Amino acid sequence: MELILVVIIGLLYASGIYMMLRRSMVKLIIGLILLGNGANMLIFLLGRIVKGKPPIIDSTAKMLTEIYADPVPQALILTAIVISFGLQSFAIILVKRAYKITQTDDLDELNTTDEIYE
Amino acid sequence: MNNPYIVLPVIFQLFTSVLLMFFWYRVNAQRLITIICSIISVGIAIWLFKEVYQNGILTMQAGEWQAPFGITFVADLFSTTMVLLTAISGMAVGIFSTGSIRNARLKFGYFPILNFLLMGLHGAFLTGDIFNLYVWFEIIIIASFVLITIGGEKAQIEGAIKYVTMNLLASAIFLTAIAILYGLAGSLNMADLSIQVAEIENRGLVNVVAILFLVGFGIKSAIFPLYFWLPASYHTPPPAISAVFGGLLTKVGVYALLRIFTLIFIPDEFLGNLLVVLACMTILSGGLGAILQVNMRKIFSYLIVCHIGFMLAGLGIYTELAIMGAIFYLIHDIIVKTNLFLASGLIFKLKGTLNIEKLGGIYKKYPKFSLLIAIPLFSLAGIPPLSGFWAKVFLIEGGYKANEWMLIGFIILGSFLTLWVIAKLWAEVFWKDAVALPKKINVKYFHELKPFKRWAMVIPIILLAVTSLYIGLAAEHIILLSKQIAAELMNPSAYLDAVLGAKTETP
Repeated sequence: MELILVVIIGLLYASGIYMMLRRSMVKLIIGLILLGNGANMLIFLLGRIVKGKPPIIDSTAKMLTEIYADPVPQALILTAIVISFGLQSFAIILVKRAYKITQTDDLDELNTTDEIYE
Repeated sequence: MNNPYIVLPVIFQLFTSVLLMFFWYRVNAQRLITIICSIISVGIAIWLFKEVYQNGILTMQAGEWQAPFGITFVADLFSTTMVLLTAISGMAVGIFSTGSIRNARLKFGYFPILNFLLMGLHGAFLTGDIFNLYVWFEIIIIASFVLITIGGEKAQIEGAIKYVTMNLLASAIFLTAIAILYGLAGSLNMADLSIQVAEIENRGLVNVVAILFLVGFGIKSAIFPLYFWLPASYHTPPPAISAVFGGLLTKVGVYALLRIFTLIFIPDEFLGNLLVVLACMTILSGGLGAILQVNMRKIFSYLIVCHIGFMLAGLGIYTELAIMGAIFYLIHDIIVKTNLFLASGLIFKLKGTLNIEKLGGIYKKYPKFSLLIAIPLFSLAGIPPLSGFWAKVFLIEGGYKANEWMLIGFIILGSFLTLWVIAKLWAEVFWKDAVALPKKINVKYFHELKPFKRWAMVIPIILLAVTSLYIGLAAEHIILLSKQIAAELMNPSAYLDAVLGAKTETP
């Protein structure tokens, strides 16, 4: 299980960065989404994966003595997913606006703000 | 000490934003509420500062979950100073916006979003939990995304693409760093992490995490070589928005760097040298970039980059004296940079352009404004006895005592470049003979504005100029304050006791 996750995370990061390095604005957004998902998976993996051991204390016991699945990473991922959902939907609308205004999908064309004499 | 009221600045900003939303199309009501609420929020910040200055570090455990299990809010001297500065800058920008921002933008929710941004800033300064810091950062960036695009001009959208991309990338890197840190230390509370990280044997991995944090915060605070998005985007939105960005947003990154690298990751030799080299390159690239530009706001944008280098230099030297210099610089820089961007907005309203080659004759026509704007300009260049001078003195002294000769050279070079740029700016914009400029139809000139709006644009500049004069002329107070902050940062035991000691007090 860990090995599969490791490979998937690696692929997500690599493909995310690859897509971000392309010139198209749409690919840029896809790259950011993939990168964000990779980060979420990484939190999940590094929170130690434990199968079938929910962190529920038995009614007879006072604390958990056995190994249990850590709930914190899942809470973190949930937060991160919600945040990235909001940011990504904003980014998609922004790209659409940018396409409408500049009539191009090429990031290299968006350099008027960098020129000294605008 | 436990004090649930330390989140009041955050709550109050949230309250203001929600209140403003009820007056979505009634812009005059929004203006009034913004002015009143921003003054109240400065009051709250002063109260919090006084409380912390007298009683030491205050903490708040969310939901009574004791640290390190719950989310902790910590108000130490550094946090509260930053909250106070944020409130002052926020008030200045809020008042300035009532005069300078067009009604069309105000009807798209400019004021509520501005207050959300300030809420995020207050939260980021007060939190003691690293994941919570991430969440505050996200609140800051989503609010800043809206502010930078509000109005939807072509340059704004183009700048926003770069700004949004780099900030989202920085967030992804920050999140990655948090993931690895949680895997390593199993905690998210910064005070707890400070203890846990010191005990980890795998130092290589700890350094990797430290570098990831450095890159993540480095993008946000625009250090070399991660600063290119800043000069490409900061001059595109209206001046009031540039002011809050230039004054505060990059400084959150610096705050986070100072916090993380004094509390959690104590720089080893490699990291220290890296910080020093990065500081040198940041100073150099920002300074050289500023010389080349002709748009006044772009010049200021490059100077932001240049002066981030000074603060980074203090962290790189890593002695109490140098950190103190960096904090003094931070205090001075927030006020002065906000003021300069506001001043550029005023000049735009006077002349209708910000191209320094076309501007001119402002001193002859508006001598009072010129003297007013001279205060932040020459504070920035660090001409004694104005505020920038003292900070640089301590940075250079810190470098001298730590034998960082290269860094001292770059700090002096950076100061010289700043002075050159400011002198050029002064000569071109204020002293040169006025050139006849074509009247722009879509610009509402200063003399066409109503008296209320004129005062709303001038008062915040006066206010911030007086503040920076205070920092410069009553430097002793600020020196004492930054000395205390530096001592707290370098010996985090008081911080740790305040956060974790609460565990033993209550059963």
